[in-house]
Amino acid sequence: MLLNASGCLDALTAPELVRLLDGFVTKTITPEPREGNPPVRIAETDAGMLNSIGLANPGRNCFLAETLPRLRELGVPLWVSVGGFSASDYAETCAALERVEAIELNLSCPNVDVAPESAAAIVSACRAATSLPLYAKLSPSTWDIAETARALEAAGADGLSLVNTLRGLALDERTLLPRLGRGTGGYSGPALKPVALAAVYACAAAVGIPIVGMGGVQSGLDALELIAAGASAVALGTILFSDPTAPTRIRSELAAEAAARDLGHPLDARGAAHSSLQIGVSHSGNGLRKRLETGPKVTA
Amino acid sequence: MRRERRRLTAAEQVGPYTLLQVERGGLDPGIPGQFFMLEAPGRVLPRPMSVCRATPRELEFLIDPIGPGTRALCDLGPGDELHVLGPLGKGFDLAVERPLLVAGGIGIAPMPYLSQRLGGPPAILGFRTEWHAEAATLVPNAEVCIEPTYVTELLPRGQPDVLACGPEPMLAALRGLVPSAQLAWEAPMACGYGACYGCAVEIDGELKRLCVEGPVLRAA
Repeated sequence: MLLNASGCLDALTAPELVRLLDGFVTKTITPEPREGNPPVRIAETDAGMLNSIGLANPGRNCFLAETLPRLRELGVPLWVSVGGFSASDYAETCAALERVEAIELNLSCPNVDVAPESAAAIVSACRAATSLPLYAKLSPSTWDIAETARALEAAGADGLSLVNTLRGLALDERTLLPRLGRGTGGYSGPALKPVALAAVYACAAAVGIPIVGMGGVQSGLDALELIAAGASAVALGTILFSDPTAPTRIRSELAAEAAARDLGHPLDARGAAHSSLQIGVSHSGNGLRKRLETGPKVTA
Repeated sequence: MRRERRRLTAAEQVGPYTLLQVERGGLDPGIPGQFFMLEAPGRVLPRPMSVCRATPRELEFLIDPIGPGTRALCDLGPGDELHVLGPLGKGFDLAVERPLLVAGGIGIAPMPYLSQRLGGPPAILGFRTEWHAEAATLVPNAEVCIEPTYVTELLPRGQPDVLACGPEPMLAALRGLVPSAQLAWEAPMACGYGACYGCAVEIDGELKRLCVEGPVLRAA
């Protein structure tokens, strides 16, 4: 299953691209409208990019009254990303949502001040407010991400979205001043992939709830690696900026990568990284199957 | 909006700038002031470039090598291939009676195509040095000034329809002098098609996505 990472696609500006995905994740919605952070908001670095958009969005009421009805017309399963500055901010938006595929709780935007409550307290408040599937989106800089994942599972999360961007800084080569208007920003792109893999790998071993893996995916092999680490869905972020046709390409590459390993479906590779057996691309696929059978339990 | 892989037919030096000539194929050059996202080899993000000239066989882009992305583009040679996406954004409104093109520095990039589409109207071009001013040969009917003379000092009396592109201080000065002017702005962009909200610029207290609502905006 291919999704977009929240904030990396505007469904109403590019509806034809949204239809290439299995679901559309909205930009994060906060209770009040937000203009977002001052320019400059984008800085490319050698192995990724920094963004400082700052949760620009029309606010909960406008989203529910105007944006959501238009998104429904696209006919794509909708995931609504919910943000806030307190647990009640999150819970009130969750309570107002209905008839969507899932809610993704953005617990980790690096570009705004964070809520004072713990992630588990926010998930608990939202659990009490909605029966919709709740996915918690975490930062890879969470101190012990597996421990946090266990706490969120216990608090009622139905899944995890791993990972958000990492906080980073880029300086202008001439002035040595920050290139972004707000100073720091969220670091994404190819450099994030090993970080995302590590987070998915750690959480898949710690919890039984499904994981949407994201971070630096540029190819079908990248997507397969996240699945092997334990993800059951993959989201695309920065790659959509450089290649809007990426979903189609990555989907076909992913199918080819699975076929090259004699897997009937890419998700048959789920959890493969958790085995200590060594195999590479196998024409028979026996090695991988054995590995999947003998690996640690990673349940859906 | 189409993304296609295209071959470079030539890369020509024009003063400090490089004029990349890309096979046009079935690509629509769009309206002057619209832009394409050009894949910058080895970089994470493509770079937005306005169409400098459009011939039946080629699209041409004038590039100033000021950073890693633009340097990677200027290092390309004939036969190299790159992905191009476009045309994107909103270009100049060509329904003008007395057009006057005004450009500063690399802001000259969209002017040759704009001049062609408007039948060679008068132009005022400003540059930092004589070397940069070599690019003025791309625009017919042009008056050229070199710093410390600025284009705003050469504006004629009367009410010409100003179509301008250049550095922010130049555009800001023109806004004050010619409220009807059409100004092509610039901002760092990740996607070019409205996805990232990265190119938002504050104009009169309002944030606008330059890639969708611009890059050409009315001064007032």
